[in-house]
Amino acid sequence: MDPDLALLLNGVVSGLLLGGLYAAAAAGLSVSFGMLDVVNIAHPAFMVLGALLVAVLWGATGLDPLLLSLLLTPAFWALGALIYVAYHHFFERRGDEAIQGLAFFFGIMFIIEVGLVMTLGPEQHFADAAYANTTWRIGEIDLPLRMLVPAAVALAAIGALALFLRRSFTGRAIAAVAQDREALRLLAIDPVRIKRLAFGISVAMAALAGGALVVVQPVDAWSGHIFIGRVFAIVIMGGLASLGGCVLAALAFGVVENVTATFYGPSWSPAVAFGCLLLVLAIRPQGLFGRAA
Amino acid sequence: MKDISRRGLGRLALAAAATVPATARAQTAPSGAPIRIGYSMSLSGGLAGNGRPALLAHRIWAEDVNAKGGLLGRPVELVHYDDQSTGAQVPGIYTKLIDVDKVDLVVSGYATAIIAPATPVVMQRNMTFVSLFGTGVNSDFKYDRYFSINPAGSDVKETFAKGFFDIAMAMDPKPRSIALVNLDSDFHQRTAESARYLAGQNKLRVVYDRAYPPSTVDFTPILRSVQAARPDVVYIGSYPPDTAGLLRAASELRVNFQLFGGPMIGPHITAQKLQLGPILNNLVVWDVYAPEPTLQFPGTSALIERYQPLAAKENADALGHYVPPLAYTQMQVLEQAVKRVGSLDQAALAADMHKNQFDTVIGPLRFDALGEWTEERNLYTQYQGVQGNGIEQFRKPGTQVILYPQRYKSGELRKPYTAGA
Amino acid sequence: MSGTALPALPLPAPRRLGHAGFWLASAVAALALILALRGFGSEYAYFAATFVLQYVVLATAWNILGGYAGYVNFGAAAFFAAGAYTTVAIGKALGLGLLPCIGFAALVGGALGLGTGILTLRLRGAYFAIATLCLSVVLQTIVVNWSYVGGSRGAYVLRPREVPFGFDSYSGFLCAVVVVLAAAAVAIARTIEKSRLGLGLAALRDDEAAAEAAGVPTLRLKLIATTISGAMMAVAGAPLPYLGSYVEPNSAFGLAYAVNAIAMPLIGGTASWAGPLIGAVLLASLQQAATVTISSAANLMIVGVVLVVFVCAAPHGIIGLFRGRR
Repeated sequence: MDPDLALLLNGVVSGLLLGGLYAAAAAGLSVSFGMLDVVNIAHPAFMVLGALLVAVLWGATGLDPLLLSLLLTPAFWALGALIYVAYHHFFERRGDEAIQGLAFFFGIMFIIEVGLVMTLGPEQHFADAAYANTTWRIGEIDLPLRMLVPAAVALAAIGALALFLRRSFTGRAIAAVAQDREALRLLAIDPVRIKRLAFGISVAMAALAGGALVVVQPVDAWSGHIFIGRVFAIVIMGGLASLGGCVLAALAFGVVENVTATFYGPSWSPAVAFGCLLLVLAIRPQGLFGRAA
Repeated sequence: MKDISRRGLGRLALAAAATVPATARAQTAPSGAPIRIGYSMSLSGGLAGNGRPALLAHRIWAEDVNAKGGLLGRPVELVHYDDQSTGAQVPGIYTKLIDVDKVDLVVSGYATAIIAPATPVVMQRNMTFVSLFGTGVNSDFKYDRYFSINPAGSDVKETFAKGFFDIAMAMDPKPRSIALVNLDSDFHQRTAESARYLAGQNKLRVVYDRAYPPSTVDFTPILRSVQAARPDVVYIGSYPPDTAGLLRAASELRVNFQLFGGPMIGPHITAQKLQLGPILNNLVVWDVYAPEPTLQFPGTSALIERYQPLAAKENADALGHYVPPLAYTQMQVLEQAVKRVGSLDQAALAADMHKNQFDTVIGPLRFDALGEWTEERNLYTQYQGVQGNGIEQFRKPGTQVILYPQRYKSGELRKPYTAGA
Repeated sequence: MSGTALPALPLPAPRRLGHAGFWLASAVAALALILALRGFGSEYAYFAATFVLQYVVLATAWNILGGYAGYVNFGAAAFFAAGAYTTVAIGKALGLGLLPCIGFAALVGGALGLGTGILTLRLRGAYFAIATLCLSVVLQTIVVNWSYVGGSRGAYVLRPREVPFGFDSYSGFLCAVVVVLAAAAVAIARTIEKSRLGLGLAALRDDEAAAEAAGVPTLRLKLIATTISGAMMAVAGAPLPYLGSYVEPNSAFGLAYAVNAIAMPLIGGTASWAGPLIGAVLLASLQQAATVTISSAANLMIVGVVLVVFVCAAPHGIIGLFRGRR
């Protein structure tokens, strides 16, 4: 194969795998920010919380990190539900959510990060999966399982979530609550209960993303920062309330980053990716894959 | 550990003899008002991973000194504030230390980003300033009371990567091409500059030369481009999160380079040593200390032995081979100068530091006019025979052998680097 | 020690103070504060006051767009850093001192604000916030790759040896400059608040569509607000290189600036000029005090906890608490 072609193909494939990780990180936000209109800027911090808890549990039990993160999801769901109750009580009910709500989650982010530093220390923590040192090869294309397994698990989880939202009654109620709260009331469904459930799901997704993250790289309390811009960019490019759009945007983001890094050097890849987002926002604010408003 | 100290016994006894008068004089309990030493230290934020071990080493030093009768017969007391790894906090901390707390001596916190903002404040008060792990800070300030504890020395461009290139050029067959990768940061721009310069000196063709930003998550594209350029030697400057990513990517891409490494800060941290395990085999890294028999000075193993249980209790870096010896040295320099001068006169302390040699836990050292070491001591080490992910092998000599400089050499280069495959 | 950092507030006692009267009052307050700090004569007092007052400027500037117009700017750090790097670049290129650099910083910040405004014309609410966040990333990448101002190595800005205007030290001079900037920022905010511009922005905040329909030139108002706010945030950052003699991208674009710029007005109250002032003085003094007393990771915790408690318990800030009582 032509070496340049091999480089390009590998750049695209590794970009897709990286995109899988981004999709895991962004999917929960797509539910909270896209569907519920809750601007949870602490979402990456929840992901890091999940990752570090997985690392600690891995140290104690030696179980697979992704399995551990799956086991953590109920606890994270409860945490999310609890935070939503507070959020609703203090902000949504009063109609103050715009600025105050943002600041609330900013504060939560700080509390999580500093709390982690105070309990676990500022060092990096890691968890090794059994497959982390294996790489599959198809022709000249490399598929490291360290990236492939988290991406696959994340996409499976997102698929299951999409199925749940489309097929089940509660899922459809969640999708509906974003669009018309009053309609739900007429159906005798409590929108607050539905949103609480959905926000819990979004935080549970963050736990899963944390498991994926800790398989990919060592994690410290501040690892979430580099994801804040990326996940919001992805959710907006994906057109907010659409999980499918979110996945596509995440994959596109990963591919743009890695192909730029391969051919033009890595120092410009963040600017290229965020430049794309700024353009999308300026030209097509409903997102690449969103419906026209 | 016992084994090492026995081998280094001759060296130990010799140097111990030199310090005997000082210790013998002050065997009484310290009394009077304490000598207060002030500084800012990063206990939270990005630098805290190295700030906390540094603080532990300082505390061990203070206990040591107080147990031996204190400084000038007075006990020493450490006054430090957390700068949150933010340079903007630092000037305030030092003005508070000097004006309000009225500390007697100041030293620096960890790394350039913290040292640089502290220096003007210290300069204004004409105090002597011993810094920790700063690179090139004083080339702008030109402060004659600044002293740097950093093995890189004053001529980073010409000397920093010299060990790496000496090792490379001694290989058979001689390498012809090199790839340079570095993190876009202060330290690694300097290290890459040195490598670029020495590549030219050694007539190596640079086939790849790129910097990557700190927010990089996936390193496979970088290493794949490096692979495609087919260099004989790869020189990388990176910090902990990226080092893990780069080495993992190297293992996934089944790299095979005659020589691979450089200032890859990462395995210096114990957690990363353990995670990477066999991937480290045959990696050549810049370091400041390795538990090899050739590198034992008075107090070195005692410090490490005291540090490790403390670190386990306080959740800091478990082995403490990276920052603690240098942080302890920072305080030793101050201690020895104060003892020689016999007072806290800042001008006299600075004059003493310029004039004399210091015998420290990382060996003898001297300062030049800009306060850097007259003789750099960049170590290039190679991980060899790492098996599994246990911690014990890293405590023993032979796991991280020293290849350069010649005077501390403890093993032979093994090649190629295949990332554990 | 935090007491020393508390500036004498220009008291809002006279209800219907005219614009000229308020400016005069601010000038008097600034002068009184400078004299008081000089009387105190401690370098640390200078530093603490500079630290707190730079946040007063930043928070007040943020509030012009965030509080009056309701557009949340997550990129305050980008504007702040733009100011700091203007000082570095202009100082290096033209050899100018701090005062002219502040003027240039205002120009750069204003241009950047205008650009942001134009680029994000159609964005509202969270979209605008995210766009400003991205702006911050793009700007930081540019600075990191711009070797003239030091790139990721950072830049050294040495304080001049002679101190201008007969101050006893450069810190004293720097502090006086920041006092004047803070007084001016508060006066500008108050002038905007009580003018037609302020009324228009308030209408825009309450209901943009309705304001548009009622003939308020929302587009123009928004651009004016982003420009003024951007210029003032850059001005807040302009003295930074002289404060530490060293700037590097990670600290200049630090999250702390973005967080504080939002947290301070919210804690004080976003509806009036006094809110950011009170919030900045309180929170910055608290942080400065915590840095030199508690000295552990816990001092960052304070910001988070105070912020969460305040937005929950006092959604309209401290000002709102008082208004609510009445």
